[in-house]
Amino acid sequence: MTTLTVAFTLNGKPVSLDVAPADRLLDTLRYQLGLTGTKEGCGEGECGACTVYLDGLPVDSCLVPTFQMTGRRVETIESLDARSLAAFERCGATQCGACTPGVVMTAWWIREHPDLLGSHTVRELMAGNLCRCTGYDGIIDAVTEAVGGEGRENRKR
Amino acid sequence: MNVLLPDTLPQALELLSQNGDAVPMAGGTDLMVHWHVRPEAHQHTFVDLSRLEALKPLSWTADMLVLGGLTTYWDVIRDERTREEFPLLVDAARQVGAIQIQARGTWAGNIVNASPAADGVPVLMAYDAIVVLESRRGREQVPLDRFYSGYKQMRRRPDELIVAIHVPRRRYSYQVFEKVGSRRAQAIAKVGLAVTRSDAGWRVVAASVAPTIRRCPTVERLLETGAAVASPSDLLPAIAQDVAPIDDIRSTAHYRTRVMARLLYHDLRDFWGK
Repeated sequence: MTTLTVAFTLNGKPVSLDVAPADRLLDTLRYQLGLTGTKEGCGEGECGACTVYLDGLPVDSCLVPTFQMTGRRVETIESLDARSLAAFERCGATQCGACTPGVVMTAWWIREHPDLLGSHTVRELMAGNLCRCTGYDGIIDAVTEAVGGEGRENRKR
Repeated sequence: MNVLLPDTLPQALELLSQNGDAVPMAGGTDLMVHWHVRPEAHQHTFVDLSRLEALKPLSWTADMLVLGGLTTYWDVIRDERTREEFPLLVDAARQVGAIQIQARGTWAGNIVNASPAADGVPVLMAYDAIVVLESRRGREQVPLDRFYSGYKQMRRRPDELIVAIHVPRRRYSYQVFEKVGSRRAQAIAKVGLAVTRSDAGWRVVAASVAPTIRRCPTVERLLETGAAVASPSDLLPAIAQDVAPIDDIRSTAHYRTRVMARLLYHDLRDFWGK
């Protein structure tokens, strides 16, 4: 088998393309579709830099085979409003920026699903996004602020 | 690399019966790790399970919770009733990687990946879960505590799929799940423990201390008989009967044994005989 055809919804629009059987969703997005906002960090599902939404849930696109995408709904960082970054700027939640697209994807998902905070803390929900610069407090503050909280709760430890 | 894309369970079972060395793939969270730098991992025929709608739902009957072959950790985390009746399933699911992994990883995948350090398997085993396997030749049910025969060795023939996991509904008077790793999230267990008590008796299941996840019958017997245990060290002989930890990249046999003894002693301090 050399290629196979997949058709799915990407950032609200239908796409259809031929991919190699071993292609990861991350590769398809970056190298075939030119959506380079999604970053590759570890390639083993630890760091979350490659986070995209698959049928509305955050997933690591380095662990998703593109051949599974037929009929599915994929959204990337390119689909988000730039205003989603405002709280990140205010709270010092970005430094080098390598993790930021993935961090913002998970943060935005939490913001869109505030009911999750009945059972989970922001910190637990953000645990799949590693950041080697900020020390996390700025990120947790930004997410907390984005979901309408005070943004400094985690400093009162 | 070859990919087969069945749309239904009968098609998938047919493909597995024709391709003896085919690898079923669900969420890919184990199979795809380091995928791009392991070309040898691509030299297989994969059977994609992701379209098999029949295997997705989690459901309840009068006497059991039925996890489908494609039920994910996140499906369980979001199920209110599971949180009430089988809280250890939710506790363990929340400690598998993070949301990105929980959204994709499946309970059946955790069972067949057969890692000695699995998080999902110990809690299922402590609830006496039953693995439902299906092939073109029919269905069989295997109790999870008799599913493994050695490191990565299990009672699944290559033409069989896990189509469901049955978890019997019981009244539990005690239950706990412990995972000791290097970090609170995104860690692999150095020691794991799931303990339950019901009318069926005690179940003590240990992870990361043997070639497979396994029950600890000697420790279970100490609990059943109310044997006197006055310190963690008193548990060491029983632990030595039940498990065989090793030194590896994550921990040492000595550390694992000591931590297991302390977890058992302190978690169960109300139950040890004086």
